[in-house]
Amino acid sequence: MPTTGFDVKYVAHLARIELTPEEERKLAAQLGNILGYIEKLKELDVSQVEPTAHAVPMLNVTRPDEVRPGLSNEQALRNAPSRAGGLFMVPKIVE
Amino acid sequence: MLNQLTISELTARLATRQCSAREAMQACLERVARVDGRVKAFLSYDAADALARAEAADKAIAAGANFKQRPLLGVPIAVKDVLCVKNHPCNCGSKILDKFISPYDATVIERLKAAGAIVFGRLNMDEFAMGSSTENSAFFTTLNPWDTTRIPGGSSGGSAAAVAADEAIATLGSDTGGSIRQPAALCGVVGLKPTYGRVSRYGLVAFASSLDQVGPFTKDVRDAATMLGVISGLDPRDSTSVPEPVPNYAAALNGGIKGVKLGLPREYMIGGLDAEVKLAVDSAVQQLQKLGAQLMEISLPHTDYAGATYYIIAPAEASANLARFDGIRYGLRVDGAGPIELYGNTRGAGFGAEVKRRIILGTYVLSSGYYDAYYLRAQKVRTLIRQDFLKAFEKVDAIVTPTTPTAAFKAGEKSGDPLEMYLSDIFTVAANVAGICGISVPCGFTRSPRLPIGLQLLGKPFGEETILQIAHAYEQNTGWHKEKPPLP
Repeated sequence: MPTTGFDVKYVAHLARIELTPEEERKLAAQLGNILGYIEKLKELDVSQVEPTAHAVPMLNVTRPDEVRPGLSNEQALRNAPSRAGGLFMVPKIVE
Repeated sequence: MLNQLTISELTARLATRQCSAREAMQACLERVARVDGRVKAFLSYDAADALARAEAADKAIAAGANFKQRPLLGVPIAVKDVLCVKNHPCNCGSKILDKFISPYDATVIERLKAAGAIVFGRLNMDEFAMGSSTENSAFFTTLNPWDTTRIPGGSSGGSAAAVAADEAIATLGSDTGGSIRQPAALCGVVGLKPTYGRVSRYGLVAFASSLDQVGPFTKDVRDAATMLGVISGLDPRDSTSVPEPVPNYAAALNGGIKGVKLGLPREYMIGGLDAEVKLAVDSAVQQLQKLGAQLMEISLPHTDYAGATYYIIAPAEASANLARFDGIRYGLRVDGAGPIELYGNTRGAGFGAEVKRRIILGTYVLSSGYYDAYYLRAQKVRTLIRQDFLKAFEKVDAIVTPTTPTAAFKAGEKSGDPLEMYLSDIFTVAANVAGICGISVPCGFTRSPRLPIGLQLLGKPFGEETILQIAHAYEQNTGWHKEKPPLP
């Protein structure tokens, strides 16, 4: 099983997801199986193949750099879990 | 019963004043009230808002509104909970969006409304469209109207079940790896995944941005053509929507299919294919041949790699897209000592097991040291899979396959094993990886229990007209789409 280097706790931290010990144990086993499944791609020689990021590649889609109407302050804050003075409230970041 | 009508039947009656939009809306709402306790397709709906909109449609009809310009005028349509509808909740089947109210309409919703549709409810789905059964919904599992001990498929299971149970005239869903075609097959309705870029994704909550497309669930192929015509086209707010002209899909349906070349990929006749599904698909293929189609065996040599490619690319993109659910600007917030703890607590409490699994997998395949081995390699295999299809389409006009390897499975049967659940998408994922279009149409039933089977037609990029035409010709000569589930 190709779980070498797969540290669920570390990757969950990178993804900013707090896991319970039970979840960690379960995920490690399940992800081991899934990684085993995706290892299949190593059978193919892709050294001469270009990657595809999008099936319909369109380059440099631009629009005129003009001011357009967007959400109002009130609309943007409507769903905020915490707000004050027309701003999103967040925990203290800088000491 | 007005709720049982197709779009074309209902609009014909509305145009000749045989019924009102209010009556049609009322019929759908009554049907929802009667059966949705068992089917559980709807997360919520606003009956008063729906009836008010129906009355507005009746006024427009009385004032002489034109059904050519507004082809969905007065038609009740419900949508998957992944599309933003202004001033209505949107949860994506997740707890993390909490009490979120959409500040704007998705482009497809704008277009439905402009065409006169009455958008009236939110349909259940696997959380963030990750799943094949709706069992990953944070709210409840939708059940299959043909057998309520079974799942309707997913992730757009609510959208498929609502059409099958005649709770709506048509619905919208989204398809990232089969999430329209698979539930359409399992519920016995028509489901269409457009070519990538055909339909705007603005206001569709992103799962895997290079794979996601919005598409319709309908009771017949003509309605799918009508819906596709309404929602398609360039949108300046989605830079991946394509400036390709939108043909009149419904008008293209009437020709025959004499001489149409259909490819049968030998790689799709796999061991796990259920015998009754194979029988139904074989007889559909014979039917198509009788209608004048030319059959030829083709090869899509990298078929076996499509699933693994998908389960790298989709989680990778999801891990980036779902970073926005951090408890700051909207949705659930679970406080912590600092911002990092707040993020971790919010996401730990707000996401369900499958979403966590995929975000962590996606984060891993993109992480330093593994990017080349997994993500970049998957993108290269994606090129090979796309080339397989483009090569096949030099010889054939469309490709015919089963939509799913089996009919609907029991609730709980696969929910313990994520990998086994992934394999129920085995025939549908390749179309998303390649960016081509596909449709599933009903093609028969298993014997006991009696469950629907779907036939999948895959088409060239922007070849929706062709697959709609073939599907329509097939449907005209079979009665499968007219069968109704035994749901009193």
